[in-house]
Amino acid sequence: MSAVVAPATAVPRGGKEEGRKTFWSHAKYVLSDNPITLFAATLFMLFVLVAILGPWIAPYNPLATNVGPSLQPPSLKHWFGTDSLGRDILSRVIVATRIDFVIALSAVGASFVVGGLLGACAGYFGGWLERIVMRGCDMVMSFPLFVLAMGIVAAMGNSVANIILATAVVNLPFYIRVARTEVNVRREAGFIEAARLAGNGDARILLVHLIPNAMPPMMVQVSLNMGWAILNAAGLSFIGLGVSPPAAEWGIMVAEGAGYIISGEWWVALFPGSVLMLAVFTFNLLGDGLRDLIDPRRRT
Amino acid sequence: MGRLILRRLLAALPNLLGVVVITFVLTRALPGDPAAYFAGGAATQEAVDQVRRQLGLDRPLHEQFLHYVAGLARGDFGLSITTGQPVLQELLTRLPASIELVLIALVLACAVAIPLGVAAASRPGSWIDQLCRILTTAGVSLPTFFTGLLLAYVFYFLLGWAPSPLGRLDPYLTAPPTVTGLYTVDALFAGDAKLFVAAAKQMILPVLTLGIFVLAPLARMTRASMLAVLSADFVRTARASGLSTGTVLVRYAFRNALLPVVTTLGMVFSFLLGMSVIVEKVFAWPGVGSFALEALVASDYAPVQGFVLTMALLYTLLNLVIDLLYVVIDPRVRLAS
Repeated sequence: MSAVVAPATAVPRGGKEEGRKTFWSHAKYVLSDNPITLFAATLFMLFVLVAILGPWIAPYNPLATNVGPSLQPPSLKHWFGTDSLGRDILSRVIVATRIDFVIALSAVGASFVVGGLLGACAGYFGGWLERIVMRGCDMVMSFPLFVLAMGIVAAMGNSVANIILATAVVNLPFYIRVARTEVNVRREAGFIEAARLAGNGDARILLVHLIPNAMPPMMVQVSLNMGWAILNAAGLSFIGLGVSPPAAEWGIMVAEGAGYIISGEWWVALFPGSVLMLAVFTFNLLGDGLRDLIDPRRRT
Repeated sequence: MGRLILRRLLAALPNLLGVVVITFVLTRALPGDPAAYFAGGAATQEAVDQVRRQLGLDRPLHEQFLHYVAGLARGDFGLSITTGQPVLQELLTRLPASIELVLIALVLACAVAIPLGVAAASRPGSWIDQLCRILTTAGVSLPTFFTGLLLAYVFYFLLGWAPSPLGRLDPYLTAPPTVTGLYTVDALFAGDAKLFVAAAKQMILPVLTLGIFVLAPLARMTRASMLAVLSADFVRTARASGLSTGTVLVRYAFRNALLPVVTTLGMVFSFLLGMSVIVEKVFAWPGVGSFALEALVASDYAPVQGFVLTMALLYTLLNLVIDLLYVVIDPRVRLAS
């Protein structure tokens, strides 16, 4: 994790560099204080690397059938064994990393951006805009979240884009609420009044003065959300929504292995399931660490 | 008290309206033209138009919405194309199976998580606190479908302790006469102990799967909330006054710590309802979730929408119960309102 360590030669000049330096030194302090977060960050980097390099490091073609005899237990030739169509499970698990990460990251990213902007506008302008946005949040929140995501994908059609959309919509209310509260408490603050008197427009005040202040709690929300987003996506594909079968995706692979587990072929479901679990675990650990980094008061 | 309940009921109405609006929007968002879909692939343009008129799809949107709401009020959730039965009836016959699963899992999770959280908070840093921390971090990382399969593999295939993880009852046994629809309760009503044991055994694995998943947030919240209360002044005063540890912990601290835990219960129930779909699929459990999934595979949308609506209604109902629980637990809520 040498990338996290602040370059020793960085000389604090402007206010911005000063801020960056304290952030990095704080990050270094938190990481050295908390080896678990460092471990999680390393794992995360590893996952990202696998997601990027996936197709090149997979030993076999993940879609090619009969690269080996079907339903073979793990061996030196096929580390994770082969599935019912004779596909190499290790290659499929590796290649699946990318699609699962793309879904989780873009869903969380979308709800972060859209939810942040909507919430900030609701908190800043108030009035009917606020009422409509908050009522919309209540509407989404009155569904069990996974069930609503299911309903959305079922209605809009089976595709990766719709899984991302459904996961993003279901998470929106959390971001909207955080952003709205954060903006609302600062709306009348002295530095906002000063910015207004200096001739800044509403858009500029929102983007430059208010939203940056709402970032820390928003990031905490992201950290709590990532693991859930990936579980949600895998769960949807497990029940047959979203990613379609020949493609390699962790949820689908577990679903394909489900039928074999009670006849003793454990490896078909175990490996993709364990990797999925590890990914979610990494996100959750990293989330806790991120929370400590950004919001030290909530450290437990 | 009666007026309070009435007020909470009224406050739940906008939520209910929201649920209906979203389900309506989802109904209209069917891929492609619903009329063409219902008319079948080989239908002529005329037939499609006729179906469109029949379904009321040619009328303006607000009229369609009113029509939809009126149908719901009559209990008309549409017809399932695959079974030919009204969706409402199909859902009602399967609902007890799902409710049995979810409720028992909830009770089990509370029974383990709350004492664990209290114990962890009363001895911070001890082994039980560490255990609680590991369980809560690992618990939220578990994909339900994977835990279910793992449990089935270990307890059915390897150890042979659990019965075959398929369905609510061994196929050689007949279901008890329906009173509540919950097999365990009905078996007790029928006085059939063997049947009760068989039904309970069948439930162990799915209930465990759901229970493990929701244990984590409950234990985490109990611990955090107890920790906050235990450091409060009134607890110190109670201790200084010489009250026994048990009294301080249960009567003073726990009752005050319960409110956030009950709030978490609402979120946990949302998880449970969602995850029950997955668990029902894993264990071939004949509840509403697997019904919706079967319909989904057959592109039969009315049952899916009926299912989403039913789940949302159940959830709204539970939130109402939680609102009322607040009043029971904390008299201050009653005084404030």
